[in-house]
Amino acid sequence: MTPPEPAKTDFTIDADMVKHVAFLVRLGLQEDEAQAFSHQFTAIIDYFHLLNEVDTQNVIPACETSNTRSVMRPDEVQPGMPRQDFMKNVPHQDGAFVQVPLVFGEE
Amino acid sequence: MELHELSIREAHDLLAKKQLSSVELTTASLEHIHKTEPHIRAFVTVSDDLALTQARQADERIREGTNLTPLTGIPFAVKDCISTKAVRTTCSSRILENYVPPYNATVIDRLADAGAVLLGKHNMDEFGMGSSCENSAFFNTHNPWDLERVPGGSSGGSAAAVAASMGAFALGEDTGGSIRMPAGFCNVTGLKTTYGRVSRYGLIALVSSFDSIGPMARDAYDCAAVLQAIAGQDLHDATSLPGPVPDYLQNLGRPVKGLRIGVPKEYFQSGMEPGVESSIQTAIHKFEELGMQIREVSLPHTQYGLPVYYLVLFAEASANLARFDGTRFGLSVAEGAENVIDLYLQTRRAGFGPEVKRRIMLGAYVLSAGYYDAYYLKAQKVRTLLRQDFEAAFEQCDALVAPTCPTTAFKLGEKTDDPLTMYLSDIYVVATNPAGVPSLCLPCGFSNAMPVGMQLIGKHLSEDVLLQIGHAYQSVTDWHKMRPEVLK
Repeated sequence: MTPPEPAKTDFTIDADMVKHVAFLVRLGLQEDEAQAFSHQFTAIIDYFHLLNEVDTQNVIPACETSNTRSVMRPDEVQPGMPRQDFMKNVPHQDGAFVQVPLVFGEE
Repeated sequence: MELHELSIREAHDLLAKKQLSSVELTTASLEHIHKTEPHIRAFVTVSDDLALTQARQADERIREGTNLTPLTGIPFAVKDCISTKAVRTTCSSRILENYVPPYNATVIDRLADAGAVLLGKHNMDEFGMGSSCENSAFFNTHNPWDLERVPGGSSGGSAAAVAASMGAFALGEDTGGSIRMPAGFCNVTGLKTTYGRVSRYGLIALVSSFDSIGPMARDAYDCAAVLQAIAGQDLHDATSLPGPVPDYLQNLGRPVKGLRIGVPKEYFQSGMEPGVESSIQTAIHKFEELGMQIREVSLPHTQYGLPVYYLVLFAEASANLARFDGTRFGLSVAEGAENVIDLYLQTRRAGFGPEVKRRIMLGAYVLSAGYYDAYYLKAQKVRTLLRQDFEAAFEQCDALVAPTCPTTAFKLGEKTDDPLTMYLSDIYVVATNPAGVPSLCLPCGFSNAMPVGMQLIGKHLSEDVLLQIGHAYQSVTDWHKMRPEVLK
């Protein structure tokens, strides 16, 4: 199966949009990276416009994969992971709490 | 044949007869790994001490003669996205380079219960994002059949390791071909299980509605033995399926005569390497000789599988990878951070590679207000149609046959400059995951001296049928027994 070539459009995702999205997902980007991603994103998303060919007017979107309904288990107390075990991976801590830089306001 | 080359079945026979100990087998495997690894680079971590401890425990179990399973004493390794308590689990990413999970994935606990011996963790494309293993943040893995070529991805380390006899089997993980595509490139038998057949608890998520853990091994028999140990409901994973697990090994011997094999015409239209197409056609004739009925079927939305797969992947991966923020585990770049946003920005810039950044951003883009309906929701609607295609096809046949990739393994560096071209190499394997159906990759020939893989696709929970057909095929062919020359 050869991938179909969709008609070329004037669709673009420019570097400013890339930088905006990068900040929303908390990725620090350099200017040259934003330019490169801009070209790639344009090509990728434009290719995916192929889906516009498909009539989905009366189609219900898929929302699960395995046909399962809500799964319940008995509400029984079970041992959890000891605090010291998961705290071992916390990069900045005082032994009991996770430490992060300032969240609100100024110091 | 040397000890490290033994299949699960062969090694089990010797272990059960006490002609071989697990310590001997494990030691031979570790020695072979250390000798071969500089050429192949399949492992992020080799856990020698843990392996020998587990091997001694297995030998004890064998001596007592109780609770023996087909996997007791058998050495294996897993893709590095599967959590292993006390063994670092990196997803081949800088952001998890020093992360040591405080718990085991359910599949690791189940294999430990069966007595299998963990040798280490396999290299992969970072967070499973890639088709060649070249997106590992650490190093490239080389295809044992030609060291200048990729092993495929994203379970590239696992496929290369099994092909090079570095362990009797592996657990891979398949989000959109990540078991089957590298299995095909490396001449390995690999099974993408039905979504929910195997618990995902402890698997570091890429796409929570696609991800499926499955075995990669020497043949269908060995895959059945591994699946037997890992399949079944797990209360830690609410999407794991209830109901009994079939006896996969017992079912392998059932006759295949009369089974109906569908050939989806959309997969055979054009664009396939001639040697790949002729290998698949030869395999189809073999199915006919085995008494199976061959019929053409249609999966009319096949060409839309790739955009559906990638759009849903971008969206779910973007959400899943939000947890890597430098606060609770993994890399944390806090120097000079004036506030928590700086911490996030610095950590994620330093910790993620370009492909991961690309997909996180594309995910946020397709989920954002104004684009959600056009991309994400549209993809989920076409996903329904893809699924209906499979349902209609399985009314006419018991399994479908198709290639796993239009070409054999490509050269390292050949596709790294253009992400879209790399995505297109997944064109035959991605449609199964949005539908959740199982698929078994079987070695079926060679083209220009590189292995060719075919996949059998079945309806939900029909792993027993796929393995049965695979076993029958491998009983009359030798492709799966071919080993790469480079190591001899």
